[in-house]
Amino acid sequence: MAGGRTTPSSSLDGLLATKEIVIACGPGGVGKTTTAAAAAVMAAVRHGSKVLVLTIDPAKRLADALGLDGIGNTEHRVPDEAFRAAGLKPRGQLWAAMLDTKESWDELIRRQAPDKQTRDEILANPLYQNIAGRFVQSHDYIAMERLYEIHSEGDYDLIVVDTPPTRNALDFLDAPQRMADFFSSRLLRWLIVPYRSRLVNVATKPFYNVADRILGTEFLGDISEFFILFQSMYDGFVERSESVGRLLSDRRTTFVVVSTLEAVPLREAEFFAEQLTSRHLHLGAIVLNKVLPDYLRGAEGTATAESVKEHADALAAQLAPELGAIDPALGDADQISRVLTEVADSYLNFQVVALREMEERAMLSVVPDVLATVPFFDTDLFDLAGLVRLGEEIWE
Amino acid sequence: MSDLLGLKLVFVTGKGGVGKTTVASALALFASTRGKRVLICEVDAKGDVAGFYEAPPTGFNEREILPGLFAMTMDTEASLREYLKLHLRIPVVGRIGPLAKAFDFVATAAPGVREILTVGKLCYEVRERTYDLVVVDAPAAGHIVGQLAAPQAINDLVKVGLIRGQTDWMLEILSDPGQTGLVAVCTPEEMPVNETIELAVRVREETTVQLSAVVVNRVLPELFGRQEEQVFDALSGTVPEERLDQLAGGDVGPLLDAARLAVTMRRTRSTHLDRLRASIDESVPMLYLPYLFTRSHGLRTTRQVAASLGEELGF
Repeated sequence: MAGGRTTPSSSLDGLLATKEIVIACGPGGVGKTTTAAAAAVMAAVRHGSKVLVLTIDPAKRLADALGLDGIGNTEHRVPDEAFRAAGLKPRGQLWAAMLDTKESWDELIRRQAPDKQTRDEILANPLYQNIAGRFVQSHDYIAMERLYEIHSEGDYDLIVVDTPPTRNALDFLDAPQRMADFFSSRLLRWLIVPYRSRLVNVATKPFYNVADRILGTEFLGDISEFFILFQSMYDGFVERSESVGRLLSDRRTTFVVVSTLEAVPLREAEFFAEQLTSRHLHLGAIVLNKVLPDYLRGAEGTATAESVKEHADALAAQLAPELGAIDPALGDADQISRVLTEVADSYLNFQVVALREMEERAMLSVVPDVLATVPFFDTDLFDLAGLVRLGEEIWE
Repeated sequence: MSDLLGLKLVFVTGKGGVGKTTVASALALFASTRGKRVLICEVDAKGDVAGFYEAPPTGFNEREILPGLFAMTMDTEASLREYLKLHLRIPVVGRIGPLAKAFDFVATAAPGVREILTVGKLCYEVRERTYDLVVVDAPAAGHIVGQLAAPQAINDLVKVGLIRGQTDWMLEILSDPGQTGLVAVCTPEEMPVNETIELAVRVREETTVQLSAVVVNRVLPELFGRQEEQVFDALSGTVPEERLDQLAGGDVGPLLDAARLAVTMRRTRSTHLDRLRASIDESVPMLYLPYLFTRSHGLRTTRQVAASLGEELGF
């Protein structure tokens, strides 16, 4: 199978062979996670690379896609037996990890805190715990931070990253810069002034009064404590955020936008592709998933379907004796006519959708060097063999 | 039968790509055609909702886009301004500048603030009784729990102050199954079904909001009954294809392939549906919407979905 094959010169394959980070992005529900997993599996099977697939999506999709339960924050190797069981011979290694936001934040704090006391105080701060654990936006930054961390450790030849849906994906692109801005902000220092020295400037007093009334002194106190503690890590944080931002625009990083050819997701994918281009990020490929088969688009098929529909009764009358000879229960002409009509109708129905898909594809506003079309699979792909099947469709 | 239309506040969520906005738009449209005064609010601001009604883009100030149907787009900063104006009587333009900045800033650090402003605005509309029903095109499944849990989180976090005073009445509205409900939209596919099952658990464990219905979108039609399927199998297997080609006056191969694809798709999907039904609490109704073989998405499609939804709701 795929294991022994020489690398074809398709450029999508080339991306996996040459880039160090592949970020799969796009709207939800288009098979992004599966595509990311397929890319990672293909790289492990074909190139003999040591590959990590990292999902940052809050839902546990990657575990589903790889048929593995309970992949945690730490990287786990997909066992070679799993490949063998799927009839594959991995030349490299496949590793998988899922982002646990809370755990990743804690790790980051442990690494960055100047001393043990600051570390413990931050970890115990109620505001910190909420940011780290409860609210989803903090995924965006920490995901990129984690990617940066793993990449800088240099353990893997290739890291394939799965991302949350598009608009969030934009958030995660902005996250490093936002984080840097945030910690550089004068406002931050201003906000925590009254808690460092109780001497409040007359001019700013009304502001604190209002802030107090809205948030409550205790909450404001927690916020201030949090930021005062965080300030000790300020330089490190800003520097890191900037490095994370640089990594995304590095030549070793490429983005693969995944979509289907349905109107709404496709608009989102286009929006994302445009954003990547305008930010000078590398748009490596667009992968169009779940595309209906070609045979639905033939003009001849339309004519035949319409003819079958029109002459269903006559056709059924002719076929009734033949089918009846196989099994008397099948020889009912009315029933045969209904089946023929249903077949023709169904073809015409799906054709409407298939033609619309092609129209959408033709009208794509951003066309990268690689535009892959993946057919609709009649079953869900959630094991290694399925991922390779998908991978081969993308790569061939 | 589901009493969705009897609620005051309905959050519609689902994994990306399953038709969450379609269902939210259709539900709001259907309720408005039943004579209700309805507000549809788009929370993750993709600007899709207006498209589903073929109306111009909406803003924070609600606008009547169809008779009895008002639409707005959530904007947390505007929500904050409104809040301050109403509760603190702060002259809005003057001192709000630095305050709004500070808020933006706090909201970035403690995103619960942003979420509370969103949920707060929605609950406010409910409390003021301006509308019979507020339908929320809520964030995707992964994010809705954080949003719905925000008032409780803030409540735990903030012991005193104005915000604390605010979360109490919000929680009262959100926790009342007679007023507030969550609708989870999914499609009969592996991943969306998994996530819906997961979502139902998280909603129960982490929020006070009730799951009021699961909408299964894009259900494929059943082509054949059992006997008919045998006829089809005989037609596509036993009868020589050339014979069929000759009778039909063209190549029937693509037709048979397409029907086989449709049957397989339907069959794979129904196993997911069975799994979904078995995992979701029996008291939660499941509503099924058909796959639409249409050319475009617009008001016409939204009306079609609204009609199907109406039927499923027993109207």
